[in-house]
Formats: sequence, structure tokens, C-alpha cells
Amino acid sequence: MFRLTWRNLLARKVRLLMSALAIVLGIGFLAGVLTFSSGLGKTFDGIIEGTNADAQAQPAGSNSWQQIGAGDTLTISPDDVAELAALPEVAQADGTIDSQALYIADTDGNLVGGGGAPTISFNRTDTPNLLGDPIMELTEGRWPEADDEIALDPSAADRAGYEVGDDVTVFPPGAVGFGSAADEQPPTTTLRLVGLAGFAGGGGTAGSTLVTFSTSGAQAMFLDGQDVFTKVALTAAEGVSQQELVDAADAVLPDGYEAVTGDELVDQQQNAIGEFLGFISIFLGVFAVIAVIVGGFIIANTFSILVAQRVRELALLRALGASRKQVRRSVLVEATMMAVIGSTLGLFVGLGLARGLASLFGSFGLEINSDVLNLSPTTVAAAYAVGIVVTLVSAYLPARRASKVAPVAAMREDTATTEGSLRRRTLIGAVLLVIGAGIALAGVVGAPGNDAVWIGVGAVIWVLTVAAISAVLGRPVLVACRALFTRVFGTTGRLAGDNAIRNPRRTGATASALMIGLTLVSAVGVLAASMSATLDDVVDDQFTADFLVQSPVFAAFNPAIARQMSQVDGVEVVSQQQGYLGLVEDDVEPSFIFGTDAAFSEIYDLPMVDGSPTFTGDQTLINESTADKYDVGVGDTLTIRFPGDNDVDVTVSGISEDNEVAGAINVPFSVLRKGEIKRSDISLSINLADGADKAAVGKELKALVADFPIVAVQDKQEFADSLKGQINQLLYMVYGLLALSIVIAIIGIVNTLSLSVIERTREIGLLRAVGLSRRRLRRMVTLESVTISVMGAVLGLALGLVIGVLLQRSLRDDLTALAIPLTSLVTFLLVAVVFGVLAAIVPAIRASRMKVLDAIATE
Amino acid sequence: MSERPTGEAARGVAASAHDLVKTYGSEEAEVRALDGVTVDLMKGEFTAIMGPSGSGKSTLMHCLAALDTPTSGDAVVDGTGLAGLKDKALTTLRREKVGFVFQAFNLIPTLTARENILLPLDLAGRKVDQAWFDAVIDAVGLRDRLSHRPSEMSGGQQQRVACARALVSQPSIVFADEPTGNLDSTSSAEVLGFLRRSVDEFGQTIVMVTHDPVAASYTDRILFLADGRIVDELRDPDRDAILAKMAGLQDLATAKAAG
Ligand SMILES: Nc1ncnc2c1ncn2[C@@H]1O[C@H](COP(=O)(O)OP(=O)(O)OP(=O)(O)O)[C@@H](O)[C@H]1O
Ligand SMILES: [Mg+2]
Repeated sequence: MFRLTWRNLLARKVRLLMSALAIVLGIGFLAGVLTFSSGLGKTFDGIIEGTNADAQAQPAGSNSWQQIGAGDTLTISPDDVAELAALPEVAQADGTIDSQALYIADTDGNLVGGGGAPTISFNRTDTPNLLGDPIMELTEGRWPEADDEIALDPSAADRAGYEVGDDVTVFPPGAVGFGSAADEQPPTTTLRLVGLAGFAGGGGTAGSTLVTFSTSGAQAMFLDGQDVFTKVALTAAEGVSQQELVDAADAVLPDGYEAVTGDELVDQQQNAIGEFLGFISIFLGVFAVIAVIVGGFIIANTFSILVAQRVRELALLRALGASRKQVRRSVLVEATMMAVIGSTLGLFVGLGLARGLASLFGSFGLEINSDVLNLSPTTVAAAYAVGIVVTLVSAYLPARRASKVAPVAAMREDTATTEGSLRRRTLIGAVLLVIGAGIALAGVVGAPGNDAVWIGVGAVIWVLTVAAISAVLGRPVLVACRALFTRVFGTTGRLAGDNAIRNPRRTGATASALMIGLTLVSAVGVLAASMSATLDDVVDDQFTADFLVQSPVFAAFNPAIARQMSQVDGVEVVSQQQGYLGLVEDDVEPSFIFGTDAAFSEIYDLPMVDGSPTFTGDQTLINESTADKYDVGVGDTLTIRFPGDNDVDVTVSGISEDNEVAGAINVPFSVLRKGEIKRSDISLSINLADGADKAAVGKELKALVADFPIVAVQDKQEFADSLKGQINQLLYMVYGLLALSIVIAIIGIVNTLSLSVIERTREIGLLRAVGLSRRRLRRMVTLESVTISVMGAVLGLALGLVIGVLLQRSLRDDLTALAIPLTSLVTFLLVAVVFGVLAAIVPAIRASRMKVLDAIATE
Repeated sequence: MSERPTGEAARGVAASAHDLVKTYGSEEAEVRALDGVTVDLMKGEFTAIMGPSGSGKSTLMHCLAALDTPTSGDAVVDGTGLAGLKDKALTTLRREKVGFVFQAFNLIPTLTARENILLPLDLAGRKVDQAWFDAVIDAVGLRDRLSHRPSEMSGGQQQRVACARALVSQPSIVFADEPTGNLDSTSSAEVLGFLRRSVDEFGQTIVMVTHDPVAASYTDRILFLADGRIVDELRDPDRDAILAKMAGLQDLATAKAAG
């Protein structure tokens, strides 16, 4: 029996490889995602472990990773540092200054690392890390000494196009002291690049840009030249534990400062990054799972066809005395071998894919060390396990069907397996569809729990059910295609349509694989379109300012810009907004505190729930959700804690409806000043005087910040477009990831068609004999392929449309507008047609190469 | 065309073979399926090709019908030499000039009887000559079966559909390879009767390969093939004459085998 299986495998090398390709790609994606995620994790772990000292003294309540770096004025003096250094538990104490408020421009004047990872500036110290190794390593040039010298990490220097010795254009921090004369500070400065220095160990920077200053250079840049530090890195003396070190340091630290162990810092940073990494691996993992499921469909279908084509042979085996179990096992053994081969190849594909993903992320600035992109034992085990399980599960039904072949079938002339009635399946399917609809509707009308989850469960039931009964549901599509093709292509089209219809299950299963991908494509498309439409509404409705000035990197910028803009002819009001992180009440996670001036309420007419929209002094305007969260009403007090344990009590003066314009917690600038946050802006809202020429003013405003890419001036439309651009970017990413499952589905079409062509050898020969030309034969195969893909596309797009609409309904509180992306849907249908044509290329060529005589030679 | 084979040139030649050779396999294991066949097939004549199994009957027919290319020599159908024709031209020629009836699997399973019959015309984009179509349908006696699919018809009915398909495009010549090989005697008689009538009534040219002396007795002329050569010929045969010839060929073969 085993030998026979092996022979079968060899005899069907090509078919085997084709079906294995589905496994290869599915497992490849899975292995790639696993490898990439773990590589990403290792990269970050390496950085985090390599960059923390034994302990650190920092302003209390600040979480170093989340600190946005501009504005906290709490500092520690060199005397305090010396006192720390004198402690017997301390081997070394280095005052540090770090900030994420400085940006550098590349040689073309564009922002380096725009929108991605942060630019981290710090002074050079020789503090060892937790492992006792140096944190930074110089790879070229020398360390900065003068105030206007810096070192950059090699990758950033490379991306920005700088070499050692060049002048680097930087955008200094926007924060300037209140009333400081630095208002007229020029928007850019040049510093000399004297060396390249990155994290020691060569682990990359995960996309961050590292700017190293000398200590006095950092003080000049970030602390107005005062000889102070923001933090102190502590190294434990021989035999002193981190905890003992922290305890000793805490005893001498000034008010507002606390010492934190290196381990705790590592934990904090890993937690913060872990969320992001977890998100990425789940996000990618979902698509890998989809790809694997689609692959499963194709395997099931391929085995069904192979079994159907081997009915005679299987029957002969049965007649010769093979037991059902033996027959079933022979199919399953074949599947297992295929799974092993497919998974093995998949692992290599996965490794390649991980490298590809890494270089893709690298081009976005998130560099991953390729040394850590290796196949781990877990990945290998997972790949084989998933590959084998999915293949066996997929092959089980066909195997069972094979074992049910009656020995007498060997004697029958007509070997085509009669496709059993679909009625029972349809009936069960219909019931399941109704159940799915019930569950989904429960989500829409607001059943307990997460509505989207209800709909998701309903959607999964739907997708699987539609896949199972696609033979019935898709029939109208097939009939329509046949009618259309008959009209356009005559007999060729008619024959193609008939061929697609004659094995409804085969066509259905093949189309289903494509359907799954397109369901997601269309559901996501509906959501994205609705999001864009909602955005348009919100922008139209709420953003009443004529112009918005914001930083694409969420950087703070100099308030002088607001002053300059207010002097532009035609500008009537400029409202300034500042943002900073603060801990509200007993929170551990900081909230964004939004500081505004009085002009804010002149520009925006906030929909109020209670109280007044204006706030001054120690007042705050919060939105409804925030009021609910902290259970406060107008007149109640909230405590906001700024870095350095600076607590400011604010009184709620108004509660607005949730909106996109104001923050959740809005305070006047005076509150931020009390929190010792330096003044800077994160956005400006500008209204023009009546009769001002909007285009001309816009031009002038843009000209003001032309050399300052940290700030962008946008009118309403541009603002909406930039937000929609972000949605679309995400959408395209999702499409890109779904493309793989669609590719797998196309392989399924190729597979089915190839097998069908072989099965219909005689028929094709007959057609050729009675005068069907090669070209028209190819066209016939192509049209059949197009029919299958159109069926998959129509089912998928329709189902996705329904799911998308339901999701929008359930999210209608946030996603107020429903939009159906008709153009995209039609485009996808056309793309499906193109895919159908592509899928047919190989089978069509194969069919047209068949000898006419092979067909006539009766077996 | 230098050399014209002798024959009744007056009646016109529907198809002819000129020194056709067809070999299979490589040097050592070479099989000469056709070993220099020269023959004219006359218009309006019903010709049978007989011979032992493996004598090259099917091969000869395939070469004449533009389904296969000979190793050397030329086949001519309705005045067109096949040598050197490209696949496209051969396809057109088959569609326009040649009709086929095979031993089995003659019909496209997804098409009805009517659609199967009209398939060559549809493929050629030609209009149906309704009167001719009716005449053919009535001759095969399938009027009430036209909307049936092959799976709903008996073997004999299927073969008659195949015959109707071969005739409906009014080809120059119809080739039939053991058209009654799978049929019982009643069905055979139906099919053969129909072929005979199409020759007598419509002046159709038919070439049929058969092993069955009864079937062969329906024809006007029998060519006997052995080892890839035409070894004998019989005109207006009756069953006894055929059996006698076949026995002679059989003896020849046995004698040859004996050495
Ligand atoms: N494709 C092929 N490859 C190799 N040899 C072949 C091929 N087709 C036919 N032959 C050989 O050519 C010879 C003639 O075959 P052909 O099919 O013409 O015989 P036939 O007279 O039709 O026999 P039958 O009465 O059994 O149908 C045989 O010896 C056969 O083995
Ligand atoms: Mg033969």
C-alpha cells in the first residue's frame, strides 16, 4: 500500500507541487511572520538591555519611554550628582540630558525619520549598561567636544546623507521659557558632524535617530546653557544590588526626583514596546492564519479532484482486497508527505519573507538586525505542526470519500463520480446562514458584550457556510457568465460556461478560496470608505478654522511661529495649543493634557453638555467620556500630576460632547505653567478676516514655514486629505497582506484548471478534431477560469459588503457615515477577471499542447 | 503531385494517400505503422478499411483526416495537400472538409444532442442549412432526442448523433473508426444503415475502419491492410467474400509468423 502511495506521489509530481505550493505559501507566510516578530522583539530587547544603567535618578512620575521630552524643566545640579557619586554604593554617577525634541534635516532639508521612530538626543557619558558594557560605540570619527558638535548613529547619517565633517541642519526644540527672549530664535541651527556612534553591539536602533552631544553641548541646546542635568545614570559599586543602589540614592536625591532600578526601567520599556510588538505580530498573524485557511481549501479541493479522478484505480484496489482503511490511509499518507515537503519549503520561503519584511520596515526607518532573523525551533515546530494538521484536516474528507468508493466502480464505464445531491448541504447551509445572520444582527442591535465580536462571529459563520455551499449560491453567477460569454464568444464561451457549471462543487470550492480574501477586502474597503466619509463630515462639521498648523511628527514648535503668522495680512485670529502628558487623579497611564488660549473658543463652537466653553485660571474643560471616567461634574476638581510630582488642581468649568477638535482635558496655559512645563505649541488654528483671499493667505502662511518641515499648514481639505491618506495607507497595507491569500487562491484556480484539463483530455481532443482551434481552446480554458474567479469575487465582495455595512452599523457612534466604495468594488471585480486570465495561462497552454490523437485513443 | 494512383478518376477523388509512411519509436525499436500506402478514395463511395489488429488502419485514417502527420509522403483531402500545413490550417480543414465518427466518446457531455450535432458549424460560425439539418435528423431518426444530453442516450443513439454531427456540415469526406465497435447488432444495423443511406441519398463520401464483416458488407469497396501496406481490395463485397479474404490474410499472417 505504501509503495503505491509513493508511486502515486511520483507519478503526479507536478500536481503535487502545485498543491504543495498552497502549503508552501501559507506556511511561508506564517513562518515569516513568526520569525519577523521574534526578530523585531529581539532587536528591541537588545536595545533596551544594552542602553540601561544599573539605576537611574529621574523626575518622579515620569515614564522615561513615553516622555515627549520637550518642556519639563525639572533639573538636577552637578552638586547633587557629585553627592550621588560620593555614596559608597555608587561606583559612578553621570548626569544625563536626554530629549526627543530635536529633529534633524537631511541634506535636502527634509525631516529625518518623519512620522516614524523618535530622534533621541543625549549627552555622551561612559556609563556602562546593565551588563557592564559601554552603551554607545564610536564607529567613525571622534566623540563631540565643542557645543556645536554632534555624533549621529551610522544608519541615520546614511539615510540623511551626511558624512563625518559635514554640517548638519537641525531643528532645535520648540520649547522656550515663558517670556524668554528666545522668541526670535532661528528655526534651524547647524551643528558639525564629528563622528558616527550607535548602540554598542551593532544591534541597530530600530529606526530611532541617535544624536550624541557633549554634556555642555546638550546643556546649551536643551537647558538654555545652565549647568544642570535632567537625569542621573547610576552604576552600582562592587557587590551592591540594584535595590540597595536605589535606596541609597533616594536618601540624597532632591525633591521631585526618584531613583529607579535598571531592571524596572527595562521592564517598563519592554512593556511599552511589547504592546506595539504584540500588535504587529497579531496584525500580521491574522493574515498568516487567513492564508493558511485559504491554503487548506485548496488542498481539500485538490485532493477531492485527485480522488475523483482516481475512482477507478481506487475501486480496483478495493476489488483486489484493499480495506477501506487502507485506501483512506493511502490518501492521508500522500497528504502528509505533501505537508512535510510543503512545510519544509515554506520555512525557507518564510525566512526570505522575514528578511523582506525587515528590509521593508528598514525602508520606513525601522531597522532590524538581520542576524536575529533566524528560524527558531518554535517557529520550525509551529510550521510543521500547522502544515501537517491543516493538510490532514483538509485531506480528510476527500480521503473518506475515497474509502467509500465501491469496488464495483472499477467495472463501470463511466468513471466520473456522480456529484451527490447538494440539497442536504444547502439546507444545513441555509440554516447556518440564518444563525450567522442572527448573531450578526444581535451585534447590530447591541447585544451585551462587544458588538463587533458578535458580528465577527456571524461573519466567520457566513464565510465558512458560503464557502461550503458556494456551489449553490454561486450558480446564478455561473449561469450569468455563461450567458454573457455565449453572447460574446459564441460556442467557445458556451463550452467554457458549461465546464464551469458541470462540477459545481469543484468550481465552488475553487472560487471559495478566492472568496475568503475578497470578503475581507470588501469589508475592509467599506470600513475604510466609511471612515473617510465620517472624517469628511467631522472636518466639515467641527473644524471651523480656516487653517490648521500642525507638526507631522507631533513635535512641539516655537510659539514665535504663531506670532509671525498672526502678522500675516488677512489673518484675524490665531489660537495656540500646547500638549503635555500628565497623570490624572490616580492613573498610572499618563493622559494628554491640552493647553489652549482664550482664542480657542472664538474659533471653535464646541457642543456643550454642561457649563461654559470658556476656561481660565485653574479651570478645565473636559469631554463627556472623561467626565464619566473620573465621575466628575461641573464644579468638581481633578488633580493633574506633571513630571517631578508637580500636582495642579483644576476645577471643571464645562463638559463638552466628545469631539475631534478639543482634547479630552483642556486647560489654559497657566495650568501647564504651574506644572512647570515650558511653553511650546503643538498646533495652531487660524481664522481669516472677512473678505481675505484664502488662497493668498495660505500661500503666505506656508511660505513662512517653508524651511521648517516640522510644521505643516493645512486648510480644511488638506487636513481631511492627510488624515484620509493615513487611512488609505493602512488600507493598502491590509490589501497588500491579503494579496498573499489571493495569490494562494489563484494557485488554487491554476490547480483546479490543470486537473480539469487533464481529466477532459478526450473531450478536448474531440473538440480539436471537430475543428476547435488552439487559440479558441485556450480561450475556452481562460473563460472558465474567469468564470471561477468572477464567482469567487462576486460572492466575496457581496458578503464583504454585508459584513462591512453591519460593522459600520455597530460602530455608528464613531463611524457615523456609511460609504460604499463602488469604484473600488468594481475595480476588484476587474482585478479578479485579470487574475482569472492569469490563472488560466498555464492550464490553457497545456490544453492547447495536447495531441488531438491522445484524446481519441480510447483507453 | 507527380504520380496519380490508378483508379476511377472519372468519379473524382475525395481524398488520397501518396506513399504514406508513419513510423513510431526510435531506431532499434522502430514500428512502421504505415509502410508506403498509396490510395485514392472516391467521391460518393463508402469505403471500408479492414485488417488485423495493429495493421495500421487507424493510423492511415488519422493521417488522411489531418489528425496526425505522416513521417513521409502526403495526404490530400479535397484537393488540398496536408504536408506542410500549420495547425491552424489543419484545424480549419478538419472543420470544413472532414467529418468524424469515433468508436467511443464522440460527444461533448455538457452539450445536448442538437448542440453536439451543430458543434462544427457553430465553431466555424456557419449558418445551419435548416432543410439539410432536418433531412439528417430524420435520417438518423433522432428528432425526439435533440434536447437530450449524451448521458441520457443509449450507445447506439449516441453514435447516431455522432454520425449526424459528421454529416451536418456536409464535409467532403467522413472518417469513421470502428463506429459500431461498441454497439450491439441492432444498434450497429441502425448506424450502418444510416451511413449507407447518406452515401446513396446524399452522395456523401465515407471511409470506415471496421473488424466486422457484416459492417464491411454495407460498403462499396474494402481495402485490406496488413503490416502497414494495402495488400488487397474488394469491390461490392458480400459477407462470404469478405470472410474468405480475411481468412486468406489470416493464413498469410500465420505463415509469416511461422517463418
Ligand atoms: N502512439 C503510438 N506510439 C507507438 N506506436 C504506435 C502508436 N500508435 C500506434 N502505434 C503502433 O502502430 C501500429 C498501427 O497501429 P494502429 O492503431 O494504426 O492499428 P489498427 O490497425 O488501428 O489496430 P486496431 O485494429 O487494434 O485498432 C501498431 O503496431 C501500434 O502498436
Ligand atoms: Mg484502430
